[in-house]
Amino acid sequence: MRGHDIAVLGGGLVGSAIAWGLTRLGARVALLDEGDVAFRASRGNFGLVWVQSKGQGMAAYAGWTKRSSDSWAELQDHLRAETGIDAGFARPGGFSLCLSEAELDARIAWMRRLHNQPDMVPYPYEVLDRPALARMLPAIGPEVAGGIFCPIDGHANPLRLLRALHGALKARGADYLPEHAVEGIVRTVAGFEIDTTKGKLGAQQVVLTAGLGNARLAPMVGLTAPVRPQRGQIVVTERAARFLDHPMVTIRQTDEGSVMIGDSQEEAGFDTQVGAPILATMAERAVRMFPRLGQLGVVRTWAALRVMTPDGFPIYQQSISHPGAFLATCHSGVTLAAAHALHLAPHILGGHLPTSFAPFGPARFGVPAAA
Amino acid sequence: MRLSVDGRPVEARAGDTVAAALLAAGVLDCRDSAVGGVPRAPYCLMGVCFDCLVRIDGVDNCQGCLVPVREGMRVERQRGARTVG
Repeated sequence: MRGHDIAVLGGGLVGSAIAWGLTRLGARVALLDEGDVAFRASRGNFGLVWVQSKGQGMAAYAGWTKRSSDSWAELQDHLRAETGIDAGFARPGGFSLCLSEAELDARIAWMRRLHNQPDMVPYPYEVLDRPALARMLPAIGPEVAGGIFCPIDGHANPLRLLRALHGALKARGADYLPEHAVEGIVRTVAGFEIDTTKGKLGAQQVVLTAGLGNARLAPMVGLTAPVRPQRGQIVVTERAARFLDHPMVTIRQTDEGSVMIGDSQEEAGFDTQVGAPILATMAERAVRMFPRLGQLGVVRTWAALRVMTPDGFPIYQQSISHPGAFLATCHSGVTLAAAHALHLAPHILGGHLPTSFAPFGPARFGVPAAA
Repeated sequence: MRLSVDGRPVEARAGDTVAAALLAAGVLDCRDSAVGGVPRAPYCLMGVCFDCLVRIDGVDNCQGCLVPVREGMRVERQRGARTVG
């Protein structure tokens, strides 16, 4: 196979968004993917495009998240024009609901700390007491004590986003190569030679976007990706006529009427089984927030693995020992899709991440940035 | 057994599911889909596809293939998404 400008290793939302961004700027891109045996976080996520609670401990992440949220409509417009697929993005503002005064006080303190950080990007949010909340969300249950509203929060349809990115890549002539698990990456005079389960492939640059697989791939090109799986479980109800116009951090009604309940966080290794105790707790809290959910039947549950770093923030990194090798990993592939496609990809194509990306390097974990 | 489908009397055998009874009675579609509003008929007959949703005795979105017929049962077309409130 003839050489590519850039090989992107990992065909989930992070890799697909970056690959599309690169292709759009004229690069000849190969997007390598595994098959259905892969963990595929991009097929299991919740679908929020969420800003309000992100970046406690790293203001740069809050800014990056807001920038992606601000660019999401533009990404959706591009993808719709190129593929006819609507990624379902809406930005009606989102809520965190609290089921007691204590929960509300803790949430308010969290938001104050978040927004008091040096260099924190400003954006509006409101603390709502119960009467104010009930005016905006008449369906809340009697136990809801209050909440936080952030007008720039939204949600999207993650499966259609992935489908649209892949469709746009195909239309632009990028090579999507499924079942190409990467076994080795070697530096060559012309760039990199990538050894896969289906043969070798050459590219001038490589971008590692393999999610949990980045932990194994990163050392091959002098990078570091201390990522671990964190299980999240999701409950999906039957479709119902719209009654919830806004996403909550744990509950949203999709554009097709299903209600999704999520945001559990468990350390369970690579085990993707669901379990009744967690599902029951999630459902119970959801029904306390919106009692009418109790009328709905559950049609599916699933678990997927978040790609978590030690501090929960993304890693963006360029290799010092292997120039031309980059790495991107995060657990917010939907929220950050627009930033990856429109704001990160141009720097990768240019061969250099600017200093604004320095906070996202792995030096913050106290390990060498390059082996 | 006798049940009604949108007010029309339909005969069914004991042990039939609602979906089987509908098909046997020549009912070729039983609902309008929740997103596109287009007609749908029972398909997988094993509880997986959710295409046989009907309203049974006033309860929306029942899976017809999982519910045995009962004497006097009132089956109605499921029109789009159910409402909760």
